Amino acid sequence: MPVQGDMMTPDAEALAKAAGGAARSAGQTPLEAGSPEMDLFTGLTRLGDNTLILGHRISEWCGHAPVLEEDIALSNMALDLIGQTQFWLGLAAEVEGRGRDADALAFRRDAWHFHNILLVERPNGDFGQTLMRQFLFDAWHAPMLKALEGSADARIAEIAAKAHREVAYHIERSADLVIRLGDGSEESHARMQAALDRLWPYSGEMMIADAVDLRLAHAGLIPDPASIRPAWDETVNHVLEEATLKRPEGNFAHQGGKQGRHSEHMGHLLAPMQWLQRAYPDAEW
Amino acid sequence: MRASVEQVWNWLGEVPDPEIPVISLTGLGVIRDVAYEGAELVVTVTPTYSGCPATSVINFDIEQKLREKGVEKLRLERQLSPPWTTDWISEEARAALKAYGIAPPIDGTAADGVIAGRIARMSGDNLKVACPRCNSTKTEKVSQFGSTPCKASYRCTDCLEPFDYFKCI
Repeated sequence: MPVQGDMMTPDAEALAKAAGGAARSAGQTPLEAGSPEMDLFTGLTRLGDNTLILGHRISEWCGHAPVLEEDIALSNMALDLIGQTQFWLGLAAEVEGRGRDADALAFRRDAWHFHNILLVERPNGDFGQTLMRQFLFDAWHAPMLKALEGSADARIAEIAAKAHREVAYHIERSADLVIRLGDGSEESHARMQAALDRLWPYSGEMMIADAVDLRLAHAGLIPDPASIRPAWDETVNHVLEEATLKRPEGNFAHQGGKQGRHSEHMGHLLAPMQWLQRAYPDAEW
Repeated sequence: MRASVEQVWNWLGEVPDPEIPVISLTGLGVIRDVAYEGAELVVTVTPTYSGCPATSVINFDIEQKLREKGVEKLRLERQLSPPWTTDWISEEARAALKAYGIAPPIDGTAADGVIAGRIARMSGDNLKVACPRCNSTKTEKVSQFGSTPCKASYRCTDCLEPFDYFKCI
């Protein structure tokens, strides 16, 4: 029988290599901040980290959802999102050109190197919060992918075209359920409104551009996130009205995730997601 | 002597889909091209859904089949564009799906990501999924996602059969 390493005393050299990133250990210089390659790498990790972290979050429901159909639906959507992650992070690694791949980016970066928005790392909470988080994200994700189909980079356009078809079903499902539960029993209505009020301040970040976003938009690679707001507003207003839910006032937005400044939840999410690849780098089965 | 391109297509038509073994990879429409580059056979494959776990099994099965048939120089290429669509599922495969208990996709009903009006557009006669067991169109959707991402869960209100509907994408 092959001898398994003791997970309590992992290979220190391998861990150090993982922590330093493949690039540095290979004597390669990291990409220069502000360079077109670094901008594109950052933009692609923003897309791929959103799908990775949300995909991981909803996979946490596997085996725990209130009914079997919802359990299966969430796991299937997690599969779509993780599959899309492989494309986005695979392309990010290719653009970086430092010998990393999608797995290295997913499993060997620390929290401050992730660029997902704060919304997707929010804990699952009750089922209402999980669905509302999904809906607020899907309402942005679908039009963002549609716009990305027009990217000047054909590699981005083809991933977006594929992902959009899948996400079109995600938004259909999450909108359906927000309506059904919002316009449901007194209890389900109260929970959906509470979820909306709680998550609302986390929804703005995906539509606020920083300098990197603006340079990418100028280059025609990834659209200005602010340009997605009209489509997002239209879907959100329509669905909230059908769901008899009240859109919260104000547009205050917690920010930082896109720049690597995460909430305390991120480390707790990454620990179970990454431990195996950290303890046994390059493990396969 | 190397196998003809037509022969290779026929062999691939004998490889079953790992999830739904009553249809073949060619019937599913995931084989986009078969061609020789010099002495090397290149099979171009497109994934169905981004995260479909069957994708890697499909590649493995293609390679295994063609090696069995004596193909030595072989390369599999992944093609994302144009993205796979259920429109590419053959008529023969649709009949096999129905006989297997899975309602085949209804072309032209793919979700478009636009929510306003979608429910009205896709209800009534616009999306009538027939029960694969009794052919009744008195069916209702249980969940947008069934046993795999490509299917939705339905039930027939006439014969009460629960069944999968292969979603149009």
